[in-house]
Amino acid sequence: MKEVILSVKDLKTYFFTKRGVVRAVDGVSFDLVKGECLCLVGESGCGKTVTALSILGLIDSPPGRIVGGEIFYDSTDLTKSSAERLRHIRGKEIAMIFQDAQSALNPVFTIGDQIEEQIKLHLKVSQRRAKNRAINLLKEVGIPSPEEVASYYPHQLSGGMRQRAMIAMGLSCDPQLLIADEPTTAVDVTIKAQIIDIFRRLKESRKMSLLFITHELGIVSEIGDEIVVMYAGKVAETAPAAELLKNPKHPYTSGLIKCLPDITKEKERLESIPGTVPSLIDPPGGCLFHPRCKRAMAICRKEEPPPVVISRGHTVFCHLY
Amino acid sequence: MMLNHKLLKVENLKKYYPVSGGLLYRHLGNIKAVDGVSFYIKEGETLGLVGESGCGKSTLGRTIIRLEEPTAGKIIYRRTDIAKLDRKQLRGLRKEIQIIFQDPQSSLDPRMTIGQSIGEALLIHGLKDERKRGQMVTDMLERVGLEAQHALRYPHEFSSGQRQRIGIARALATNPRLIIADEPVSALDVSIQAQILNLMLDLRREFSLAYLFIAHDLSVIRQVSQRVAVMYLGKIVELAEAGEIFKDYLHPYTEALVSAIPSIRKRRKARILLPGAVPSPLNPPPGCRFHTRCHRVMPICSQVEPNLKDMGNGHLVACHLYGV
Repeated sequence: MKEVILSVKDLKTYFFTKRGVVRAVDGVSFDLVKGECLCLVGESGCGKTVTALSILGLIDSPPGRIVGGEIFYDSTDLTKSSAERLRHIRGKEIAMIFQDAQSALNPVFTIGDQIEEQIKLHLKVSQRRAKNRAINLLKEVGIPSPEEVASYYPHQLSGGMRQRAMIAMGLSCDPQLLIADEPTTAVDVTIKAQIIDIFRRLKESRKMSLLFITHELGIVSEIGDEIVVMYAGKVAETAPAAELLKNPKHPYTSGLIKCLPDITKEKERLESIPGTVPSLIDPPGGCLFHPRCKRAMAICRKEEPPPVVISRGHTVFCHLY
Repeated sequence: MMLNHKLLKVENLKKYYPVSGGLLYRHLGNIKAVDGVSFYIKEGETLGLVGESGCGKSTLGRTIIRLEEPTAGKIIYRRTDIAKLDRKQLRGLRKEIQIIFQDPQSSLDPRMTIGQSIGEALLIHGLKDERKRGQMVTDMLERVGLEAQHALRYPHEFSSGQRQRIGIARALATNPRLIIADEPVSALDVSIQAQILNLMLDLRREFSLAYLFIAHDLSVIRQVSQRVAVMYLGKIVELAEAGEIFKDYLHPYTEALVSAIPSIRKRRKARILLPGAVPSPLNPPPGCRFHTRCHRVMPICSQVEPNLKDMGNGHLVACHLYGV
């Protein structure tokens, strides 16, 4: 029996701005199975980062607020947990790695200090044990000469090294669940391959559950077990990774796959999805994707599509089915 | 038009940045951002330039239109050596060679309307008649898939994809022959990226433009280029036809780059994980600059620098695996 470690049910996170209510996340549900990697995929502004921040209770309020839904972690509803309880969970049970390691690390403390601080905050250990632990973590993420790197400041490291240091920090208290928000976006291809490799090893060696946020489908196929495709704050399609990439049902998903340039063959033109992501303050009626959809029908303008189960674990929100 | 003419020929181009510091602010050395690069671009052709950050690809692009002063070498456009032009002559030349930047947000003046931004380019290059200018602006906007009314709006009112279209319109306004595109799609979402790449392909055909297309994403480069140059630490390590270089690559660095691409299709070969990161260009490794990360390194690699050799059919490679 598969054990679900994180269950998000009908999550709604809105931002109340002067110009109106931004429905950044609007009824998102998914289950993350223990030891697996679930990928949240979508373009900028689709609500994937806001979903992650909601899980950790990091939504700035005001203007933002979780207005509905539940987030179950280990049978606790995080949306109803006290600030203190959340503080205990954050970093210890659930850790997060941000896209931009440069701005997520504190420039005036050494890498070692920053990792040790987190260890001492959550675990009752001596200074020496914390230091050893920090060095071992740096080693685990493949940093050469970790003792030396621990005494470096963030600016002394390259982008790839900084991202590794971030991962080491995320791992510092043996979290059950690691949320990685676009950890490979700001780095070069060869470094990207190294980082993906680290995540894959962590999943194996630590049996860690991963919530991986990315806009790159290529990465998803390398690391994901389950994929949730998001569009404009809603789930468009969810399926096991291999199934979704081979047999995408939602026109948005197949559009995303088709518009990727392919290195193995020359295409005369790329298929593209016309238009841009709609405003979330004044979204189009019916299916949010219909203004850009090549297969839009009359009903798409009027009614929001219900979930349709294609096969086991494969659900699509589209009127075509 | 003769499409086989060499439009731009770069010969042994170098761009060094002096580094000074320490006591008495001494000259400590040079950052060799571009270190002896030669290639050509034919009329109407797209040359893709690919490499990791810090390899010198952007500096190379900027040096070609003299946004950076070259340290040595020739940049021959048609028959003139750009490296030798004075300021006034340069202005005339920049009508012919335009540049598109990665970040359309910061390359457009936030206080100018789009019409003013594009019109300014026309004014500088001698189109004094205001009515004609307005007409040209409208033409350009429509050509890149925007509308005439957009000319009255400001950059912040546009999405990043639209802003990149504006950047392209502004570059096209002076009717250039060559466009240097510096990572034009790397800041865009995939669905928008495809739109912009298609637009650039269409424009190339319509105006028989040549591009120097700089990017770090190999699949994007594959999509737009006829020939591809791979750069590492200021040097070109391999150059070949686009169809050939990604299939029958010779240089171990190209091999590693190709294998590192995350792909949703089945991987044909095992991934080569390069250790470490690109070394500092202030102090590049001796011999072949790639030898510190190379998985096929030999003793000679740390001693002798390999030259670019023609392996036939214009396929150039700089690697000791293929003879000295």
